[in-house]
Amino acid sequence: MAKQYETVIGLEVHVELSTKTKIFCGCAATFGEEPNTHTCPVCTGMPGALPVLNKKVVEYAMKLGIAANCQINRYSRFDRKNYFYPDNPQNYQISQLYLPICHDGWLDIETASGNKKIRIHEMHMEEDAGKLIHDEWEDCSLVDYNRSGVPLIEIVSEPDMRTAEEVIAYLEKLKMICQYLGVSDCKLQEGSMRADVNLSVREVGSETMGTRTEMKNLNSFKAITHAIEGERARQIELLEEGRQVIQETRRWDDNKESSYSMRSKEDAKDYRYFPDPDLMPVVISEGWIEDIKKQQPEFAPEKAKRFQQEYGLPQYDASILTQSRRMADIFEETAGLCGQPKKVSNWMMGETMRILKEKGMDPEELSFTPSHLADLILALERKEINQQGAKQVFEQIMENDVEPISYMKEKGLMMVSDDGAISRAVEEVMAENPETVEDYRGGKEKVLGFLVGQVMKKMKGKADPGKVNALLREKL
Amino acid sequence: MSRKIDDATMDNVEILAKLALSDEERERAREEMEKILSYVEKINELDTDRTEPLVHILESGNVFREDEVTNGSGKEESLANAPRKKDGQYMVPKTV
Ligand SMILES: [Zn+2]
Repeated sequence: MAKQYETVIGLEVHVELSTKTKIFCGCAATFGEEPNTHTCPVCTGMPGALPVLNKKVVEYAMKLGIAANCQINRYSRFDRKNYFYPDNPQNYQISQLYLPICHDGWLDIETASGNKKIRIHEMHMEEDAGKLIHDEWEDCSLVDYNRSGVPLIEIVSEPDMRTAEEVIAYLEKLKMICQYLGVSDCKLQEGSMRADVNLSVREVGSETMGTRTEMKNLNSFKAITHAIEGERARQIELLEEGRQVIQETRRWDDNKESSYSMRSKEDAKDYRYFPDPDLMPVVISEGWIEDIKKQQPEFAPEKAKRFQQEYGLPQYDASILTQSRRMADIFEETAGLCGQPKKVSNWMMGETMRILKEKGMDPEELSFTPSHLADLILALERKEINQQGAKQVFEQIMENDVEPISYMKEKGLMMVSDDGAISRAVEEVMAENPETVEDYRGGKEKVLGFLVGQVMKKMKGKADPGKVNALLREKL
Repeated sequence: MSRKIDDATMDNVEILAKLALSDEERERAREEMEKILSYVEKINELDTDRTEPLVHILESGNVFREDEVTNGSGKEESLANAPRKKDGQYMVPKTV
């Protein structure tokens, strides 16, 4: 019988913090600027420049640690990780090895096969490196240090995951927590969330770990899933052939959908870590932890429960709406303004999600004004617009955040509520279709539908069909 | 005297330090590093079993800055030190 293998996966996730400035200097941490504009002697590693820690980074790390059930080290410190590469101007990265800020936490994940606890080994603060691009003309590399010194938190899990599905669920959970806390926007494609996958295989039932490899450059959930499946197959094949898995770092190539060896993995000792004497230790008091705990937001599970109780939403709606804090906030504000929570939920889960998906956008990117959706829902309620027209207006709300009532007026989407205008159309249709009128009066009631249709056509769809129906019956 | 630092270790250190030493330089480096090791061995003779590890040379902690932008564009100043540059970027030997 063929051997059965189990995949053992641990993740090292880097999230880039959404602070205004870098971790050790007052340079802006924003992106998309001209190369090297956000640089100073500290983040370009000039000799003698002194780093000073950004307090917000410590607070963000504490928030994330507390949300992930971690212990907070009362005393933590920065270490230098030494390596030579041009993206790193100091020749060392300031990180934390011996006394990281958070340790021993866990996150609950949910997959089709049930709930599972994924343990977190530690979380530490560190600085990002610069960006290298290859210059084809000169056959050299160009360096931009705008990203050098941007704060990161690295979250190291225990090897508790067994499938790609569990890995994705863990990443989604982490992303959601970061977004709720507002510490990072966690976009894999843009690199503000990066996941390195440590993977090994072993025979089912075995207690010892196999040799693991580390995979880098995974920029989407799809790439992560494919890389996990590919690496599992590669390692099993090696073992089946009686060969050995080499401990190494592999880089994923999204175009070829395969990984290749980058370099044999350095041991921690090769990085010659040592305490950074330029930075003072971080001492965290009970009082500081309590303050942070008090500021923690209401997270998705509690929010979903409250939405069910307070707004009478079905459990399904509440759990979908709270997947994104932005979405939940817009729902709540809109529901408060128009007093129709279920209708708001329908718009959020229907049209909003459809348009987001169509544009490949994240719910966190929603930017319309809640009162605009509330006004649209109220206009529908007052029958000032029909469902079709409302969808058209909503697309404009999503696209350009238009004010719905003035947009409806401008585009002639308002329903005609003037009975006189509808009466005139009814009379015209009756005069134009004398035979059908006679048929109706002779007892063929089903021709009424045709007459209603004719009136609606004359009104260009901008009349309430119920009202047209009633007026027709009256005059017939 | 047996060597404290064998050839394999010297090779590894050269790789990590990205240095290519001549035979002469290599022997000098080996001697200097061996002196450093002897010095550390001397320290190791001390009994530190009942001593709390020293986490930082200074007793105090918590030196922070607020999260406010204080630096403007540092482009000109930063690149003034670059031996080679192009399009506002540092030019370095090909890495990828
Ligand atoms: Zn700087």
